[in-house]
Amino acid sequence: MKQSIFEILTNTPLTTSVYKMVLRGDTSAITAPGQFVNIRLEGKFLRRPISVCDYDAETLTLVYKAVGSGTGQMAAMKTGETLDILTGLGNGYDLGPAGDAPVLIGGGVGVPPLYHLAKRLLAQGKTVHVILGFNTREEIFFEEAFKALGCTVTVTTVDGSYGVKGFVTSALPESYTYFYTCGPEPMLKAVYRATATSGQMSFEERMGCGFGACMGCSCKTLTGYKRICKEGPVMRKEEIAWA
Amino acid sequence: MGMNVNLCGIELDNPVIPASGTFGYGYEFAELYDINELGTFSFKGTTREPRFGNPTPRIAECPGGMINAVGLQNPGVEKVISEELPKLKKVFHKPVMANVSGFSVADYAYTCEKLDKEEQVGWLEVNVSCPNVHGGGMSFGTEPCAAAEVTRAVKAVTRKPVIIKLSPNVTDIVSIARACEDAGADGISLINTMLGMRVNLRTRKPVIANTMGGFSGPAIFPIAVRMVYQVAKAVKIPVIGMGGVSGAEDVIEMMLSGATAVEVGAANLVNPFASRDIVRALPEAMEKYGIQNLKDIIGGIQEWEKM
Repeated sequence: MKQSIFEILTNTPLTTSVYKMVLRGDTSAITAPGQFVNIRLEGKFLRRPISVCDYDAETLTLVYKAVGSGTGQMAAMKTGETLDILTGLGNGYDLGPAGDAPVLIGGGVGVPPLYHLAKRLLAQGKTVHVILGFNTREEIFFEEAFKALGCTVTVTTVDGSYGVKGFVTSALPESYTYFYTCGPEPMLKAVYRATATSGQMSFEERMGCGFGACMGCSCKTLTGYKRICKEGPVMRKEEIAWA
Repeated sequence: MGMNVNLCGIELDNPVIPASGTFGYGYEFAELYDINELGTFSFKGTTREPRFGNPTPRIAECPGGMINAVGLQNPGVEKVISEELPKLKKVFHKPVMANVSGFSVADYAYTCEKLDKEEQVGWLEVNVSCPNVHGGGMSFGTEPCAAAEVTRAVKAVTRKPVIIKLSPNVTDIVSIARACEDAGADGISLINTMLGMRVNLRTRKPVIANTMGGFSGPAIFPIAVRMVYQVAKAVKIPVIGMGGVSGAEDVIEMMLSGATAVEVGAANLVNPFASRDIVRALPEAMEKYGIQNLKDIIGGIQEWEKM
């Protein structure tokens, strides 16, 4: 974990409520896709945890939904403004067990952390199939971004206004070697039941500190109590104990 | 310039102490900086048996602070001794404050007796003020007789200084502090969190699954200063002040109000370096206010002349 100041390079809307923010700063503490950062915002006591969408040696990309006053404040920030950010939080996805043809399943704002994961898997020569689930056509983002990386992309919408009608589970490919997923908990449960292979799932919980000190985001797993922010947010399918 | 203070017979290099529940068992913070820079720290509230704590969500945000209802999650005293303290020993070379909670007088005595035997434990901080557990915790700290009973039971089985951590959720904190002093307490620490609550307007449910939780952060600082002042005037034993401390000047304010040492809580959760930064900022703040030795200002508040 590192605490450092990042400068906003761009902050642009992808949909009516989802924004992409690219920042410049010290990304050296980020070690795996699926980790998150924790952002200090003016006037807010607790930091805001946001998953890492992409990063390289000097830039960090965050894709976030403006849902409350904190993320709303972020959406209003301009190029050149700075943010105090804790980086390198959480375990992130383990690329090891992916096999040759992993499937990546994202729902809504669960999509962003899969982006850097896809990049890394493709760099290892894997065939990557991505399923992106949204409620409706207007909410869709990153379909082109994943295609541009070289992934096979299937989009699902609950109302059928675009792509396959239904949930992400209606679009699972015939065969895949492993799965990685991130999204709302009902979706994770459905993916857990529908998938034929092992996999990894990224969870959300209301956090205090984001770095393991307060025990605010603890959960029970089949392998003991874990902190979503420290031993998570990524859990292996085999260790999940649904509440 | 001197930052050292004496807390119940043990010398501290400085009065800054990360508060229980915001610093784990210390060794994870040692990955970030040398935690020996701190006066000491109070480790995660430990109970006789392991506890998962309350259901999530356990955290809510407020202007100027946060509410938590963790509910004393900890691995239990046996594992703290066999697994956590050995990890701490490698990175922390000072006496640590052992924070203890319980659900019966016998629980408190059992856990304190075990921890009292640990070489690295310098003080026992007995939490009779956790607002997040039923049938224990705060129920011992809201009534003078019960607080005194816990104090006596712990003192009977320990040799190290016993500091009783009090709740602000009472009508008369002074009477409880006095009862603990009379029962043999070596020190008093205060304040634990204020009982608070938030409601989610979309779901119309309390934000926290346990409905209520403990409110901490800068918003409670004035209440903490007031209670530290009242208690420090009423007892002869040392008082540790805490509640919303977020900077070196807050430490000075607490000490002027009667605190011998100062705990830092919620600030650690926003900035993992907060306690260290406060230690480092103290010399400049001392110079600014003309303080040569911090121990000289304990209780040094200048009262207004009564008309």
